[in-house]
Amino acid sequence: MTVLCLVEHESGVPIEASLRALTAARVLAAGPAPAADPALAGDAAQGGDAAQGGDAALAGDAALAGDAAQGGDAGLAGGPGLAAVVFGAGSLDAEVLGSYGVGVVHAVGPDPDPGYAPLAWARCLHSLMESVGAVAVVAAGTGRGAEVMAHLGAITGLPVAANCVSAEWDGIGVCRLVRQRWGGLLLEDAILEAPVALLTVAAEAVPPAPTPEPVPVEVRVVRPELDEADLAVMAAESAERASGASLATARVVVGGGRGVGGPEGFAPLEELAGLLGGVVGVSRVVTSEGWRPHTMQVGQTGTRITPEVYLACGISGAIQHMAGCSGAKHIIAVNKDPGAPMVSAADYAVIGDLHEVIPALVAALRERGLT
Amino acid sequence: MEIGVCVKRVPMVGGTIVLTPDGQEVDTRMSGFTISPHEECAVEEAVRITERLGGTVSVLTLGPAVAAEQLRDALALGAGRAVLLETDGAGWGPIATAAAIADEVRRRAEAGSGYDLLLLGNEAADTGDYQVGVRVAHLLGWPCVTGIKHIEFTEGGLRAGREYRGVSETFDLSLPAVVTVKEGINLPRYPSLPGRLRAKRAQIEVYPVSPAPEGLRTQGLRVPAATRQQARIIGTGVEAVPALVGLLDELGVLS
Ligand SMILES: Cc1cc2nc3c(=O)[nH]c(=O)nc-3n(C[C@H](O)[C@H](O)[C@H](O)COP(=O)(O)OP(=O)(O)OC[C@H]3O[C@@H](n4cnc5c(N)ncnc54)[C@H](O)[C@@H]3O)c2cc1C
Ligand SMILES: Nc1ncnc2c1ncn2[C@@H]1O[C@H](COP(=O)(O)O)[C@@H](O)[C@H]1O
Repeated sequence: MTVLCLVEHESGVPIEASLRALTAARVLAAGPAPAADPALAGDAAQGGDAAQGGDAALAGDAALAGDAAQGGDAGLAGGPGLAAVVFGAGSLDAEVLGSYGVGVVHAVGPDPDPGYAPLAWARCLHSLMESVGAVAVVAAGTGRGAEVMAHLGAITGLPVAANCVSAEWDGIGVCRLVRQRWGGLLLEDAILEAPVALLTVAAEAVPPAPTPEPVPVEVRVVRPELDEADLAVMAAESAERASGASLATARVVVGGGRGVGGPEGFAPLEELAGLLGGVVGVSRVVTSEGWRPHTMQVGQTGTRITPEVYLACGISGAIQHMAGCSGAKHIIAVNKDPGAPMVSAADYAVIGDLHEVIPALVAALRERGLT
Repeated sequence: MEIGVCVKRVPMVGGTIVLTPDGQEVDTRMSGFTISPHEECAVEEAVRITERLGGTVSVLTLGPAVAAEQLRDALALGAGRAVLLETDGAGWGPIATAAAIADEVRRRAEAGSGYDLLLLGNEAADTGDYQVGVRVAHLLGWPCVTGIKHIEFTEGGLRAGREYRGVSETFDLSLPAVVTVKEGINLPRYPSLPGRLRAKRAQIEVYPVSPAPEGLRTQGLRVPAATRQQARIIGTGVEAVPALVGLLDELGVLS
């Protein structure tokens, strides 16, 4: 009995969204053991690693941990245990996963390594889910995580709870969870009742936290038997990466909204972003007016940013825009209107015309020797 | 090319989001209704494809009778046919929604003019379930890809592109297929006056559907607690610039 977590990685290094997913999955892996099926319990006892994988201390909820202790065999052993599923794991840094409480890594491939084929990934998850008797399957709420879990939901006919912020057991086969709705503008309290809980974890909501007691990791190679049809839709990746600092990872983002006034008005913002080693991000008004491409849009239907500083110029701070920038560590608003929602939402504000403030700021930074 | 586009009627939320007192739904007494930006782009993409290659765009929605408003909006933009899968207004989960959409796709195929392509949004604006398109594809046995920002047609199929973590990916799919798209794939047009007039007069096909319970049940909605306080005003106009430079320095972004 296990909680399976799909872990995405880049050149062997797990991506942060997957570490967040593992952090959330660990709570489920700590129990209480939700099923009393003797066949499944036997499976858990025999795979002793499952016991080590659990981390009751991390349940963060004494009642839950207590329940786990009374919850039968697997519970006594500390819950169902946490296992990772990794595709193309050749270069994987398994130790990092151990530090997140993963007892077993199911390494799919490398021969044959299916590459990214959403249906094939879901089929592998499905067969692992059945062979280990998983009680939950968790993935990060990334493009791939959401896509693979949707396929798994369709294959199994089970519901999928997307973009969870937290999840814990509330009895056998019952999961009490909180998930994001409206792009994170609202939270939903929900009950997921299903023989296997399928969920994705909201990409920014759960801070990644290693367990205080890392566990030794056992890597098991899985060689999937795949149908040709499962590989029919497969990603062909272009070798080149998008150039320059990308919006999602930039340390500084200079935001421009309708207040910029037109496509030419962005020159000073771009100059400022250059001086600060950052990039320009924009509101939806800017992209729907065609002033800048959609790739630069910050928000619910654009990119979510997490810079050190977000300098939002001429942006009103509509709720859908805030959904994309509230992950910024510090927000500085530059706005003519002291009543703009962005001014309330920001940490600091300059009240004034961005067409005066930004060029003056650029000049002052140049004077300080920034280039 | 016969293209079906699935759109969902959702409340239009502005600067703030207000819930009903029981916390069960978004309060829509003061707001209008719309569809998600991804779905607006799906409609636009379908219209552009049929303008190029010929064929019809059918727009489908599952919802209450008033969801006809969203169908007419799509008709005004160039869709030629509209189908309402009419519910009694209760919320539907993604499993039942996908089943009802798949039934309509089969009905259309049996009538002899089946869809070659089904376009949906990557996720609905309200529930954000990220799954209806994939579930429909499985029910039909069609290939499927999600989150697409570029579509081109190839011999016998289509090539769909997206970016993932800074790397561009393309997928080749045979037709018929299900593709879910994201805002940014195109810049939707505004409706023309003749389009609006045509939409007003158009017939909408209505099929009643009945719901089935699902394993994910909403207990209630809430607005997350605000994490920031009112901003500290550091100055007005250009006079604020020295303080602004000082602040940027303090925040460690000047080195
Ligand atoms: C489902 C949905 C998804 C959406 N997704 C997104 C999204 O991803 N991203 C997004 O940004 N929006 C999104 N929106 C749109 C959003 O609701 C707003 O319409 C949009 O963010 C407003 O853009 P804005 O702030 O640039 O323009 P406005 O709201 O018009 O604000 C302009 C601001 O500029 C200020 N200003 C004007 N002139 C000056 C000047 N000279 N100097 C300084 N300040 C000035 C004004 O005081 C005002 O505050 C979405 C909407 C919906 C319905
Ligand atoms: N009630 C509905 N009627 C028509 N299409 C829908 C409905 N619900 C969802 N969809 C489509 O499925 C997409 C994904 O929705 P979801 O999986 O709920 O996030 C949406 O963008 C729509 O294109």
